[in-house]
Amino acid sequence: MSLIVHKPGLYSTIQDRGRNGHRTAGLTGGGAMDDYALRVANLLVGNEEGEAGLELTLTGPVLQAEADLLIAVTGADMAPHIDGHELAMWRPVFVPTGATIRFGGARLGCRAYVAVAGGIGTAAALGSRSTDARARLGGIDGRPLRAGDAVPCGIAAGAVAPSPWATAWLSALAKRSSADAAEGGGRPPAWAAWYAPPQAYGGASEAGIELRVMPGSEHGQFSEAARAAFYSGRYRVQAASDRMGVRLEGSPPLARIARNELLSHGIVPGVIQVPDGGQPIILAADCQTTGGYPKLAHVAAVDMPLLAQAKPGDWITFRPIGLDEAQRLYLSTEQAIRALEWAIRCRAARDRY
Amino acid sequence: MSWRISPLGDRALVAELAAGAADESWVQVGAAAQWLRQAKVPWMIDLIPAYTTVTIVYDPVRVWQALASNNGMTIYEKASKTVEELLASTAVGLRQVVEHIHVPVCYGGEYGPDLEESAERSGVSADAFVEVHSSAEYTVALVGFVPGFPYLAGLPPQLAQPRRVNPRARVPAGTVAIGGGQTGIYPLEVPGGWQLIGRTPLRLFDAARPEPALLRAGDRIRFFPISEEQFRTMEAEVAGNAGDRSREKTRTGRIVSER
Repeated sequence: MSLIVHKPGLYSTIQDRGRNGHRTAGLTGGGAMDDYALRVANLLVGNEEGEAGLELTLTGPVLQAEADLLIAVTGADMAPHIDGHELAMWRPVFVPTGATIRFGGARLGCRAYVAVAGGIGTAAALGSRSTDARARLGGIDGRPLRAGDAVPCGIAAGAVAPSPWATAWLSALAKRSSADAAEGGGRPPAWAAWYAPPQAYGGASEAGIELRVMPGSEHGQFSEAARAAFYSGRYRVQAASDRMGVRLEGSPPLARIARNELLSHGIVPGVIQVPDGGQPIILAADCQTTGGYPKLAHVAAVDMPLLAQAKPGDWITFRPIGLDEAQRLYLSTEQAIRALEWAIRCRAARDRY
Repeated sequence: MSWRISPLGDRALVAELAAGAADESWVQVGAAAQWLRQAKVPWMIDLIPAYTTVTIVYDPVRVWQALASNNGMTIYEKASKTVEELLASTAVGLRQVVEHIHVPVCYGGEYGPDLEESAERSGVSADAFVEVHSSAEYTVALVGFVPGFPYLAGLPPQLAQPRRVNPRARVPAGTVAIGGGQTGIYPLEVPGGWQLIGRTPLRLFDAARPEPALLRAGDRIRFFPISEEQFRTMEAEVAGNAGDRSREKTRTGRIVSER
């Protein structure tokens, strides 16, 4: 029982929360670019937050359900439709057997996520189902989805047993769908009346996305003018951006005073490195494990989901914060996710459909 | 040995070996990474040893949970203090197992298309070039760039080569190459700009192994020349050993461990 891929979309991959413990061997951490959206999608279908889902980029796929599925779509708005019905995002949705799920281009944000109750049943590689296209690991044969792929998922073919409430919801929504079916027609999709609060993505607006940043290790090696320009200027996301890094352009180029070459050192997502050209690159989920460019600043972990939703042409600005403040924000976001998890469980148990 | 600890954003920190502490900092750094890994600290998610630094990726939530009884400290203070103490306690631990791995290489021909030109640039015959390359001892300074790629320090200076002006679109897995003052081995078929001098039948990276990379930072490496016939025999043998790192090294890599 699977989701059949009729059209793969621009770049659709299977991602969970990433692969740890192998950076020593040069393997990237990977995982969902917008970790928050993937986690919420999983919670909305009764999975553990770290199960694998689909990450869709800029233009989404066309998928067909081979079985009744309970799914949730979060992240960027790609105008998803099920058999012609507009699909409501950020909530549990019943997809009847045979239905076609069609995504369009991203109207707001860059990446959408699809979680399925029961998870995705592809084989884990080195502790993760995340697709690492460079090492050709995880996902389906370590590559993005192609037309003709069958993504094993759901209660029969997923990786995990879905929670009891998700199973109850699946059959309750299926019943409602059967009742709503037009005479002689197919069963329509059905969804919950409640939803998780969607994230706001402001990249296309003039004000742009504000990312909170800490000073990087080589912050002091950049001229005072360069640092002032970095915090006061606007940067535009370039088309060459991908899961390895988000390339930015703004003026003027950021000049570094020190000219010494750095020995290769460990790097992680969030690092803002500035190669000789003076235009910054923000490292993202699939970044290499080591690098040698000077690090001007570092995006706070809580704001990485916002970066994941910045698409080419969007504007980005930076605001400095301290390390301690960044870690406090991180803790409060984690607490908010726990609260959301409880809210979903209580709501799902109460409204039994 | 003294280490300087600094933050790398809010989920990682860097321990840097003080300058001048050792000629071959990467041996110490590789050993320190091994020591930190063995300590099994629950909030340490991952480690990246490279030249003079070990980068430690951590989970701030779990550090915070470990802080409960330690009021007044911030998450970063707790994490850096723990790392500092662990590194300080390694005076004995740092003399870890150093693995000596002998890597068979079929030099030149279709396996090393740039050998002749490289030898010419170095002003020696191809045979002499191979002789020098295979008699030096190398140390893995870092594993990165692509999964399993070892940057080897210790290349005799006369063998240094410029990078290619037009990188090749595909370098086959196992290719031994020289770029600048370093030599390395391509673990996967990827694009590459180094000069290709030979190929090893060993699998540098295999996701089916519990520890997928054959080499670790700090390992000592020697190359030994083999014929094309030996290459094919060993290649078949390696294919039969898939999934077993230690057997692969023992059978064809002639591994020696010492304390």
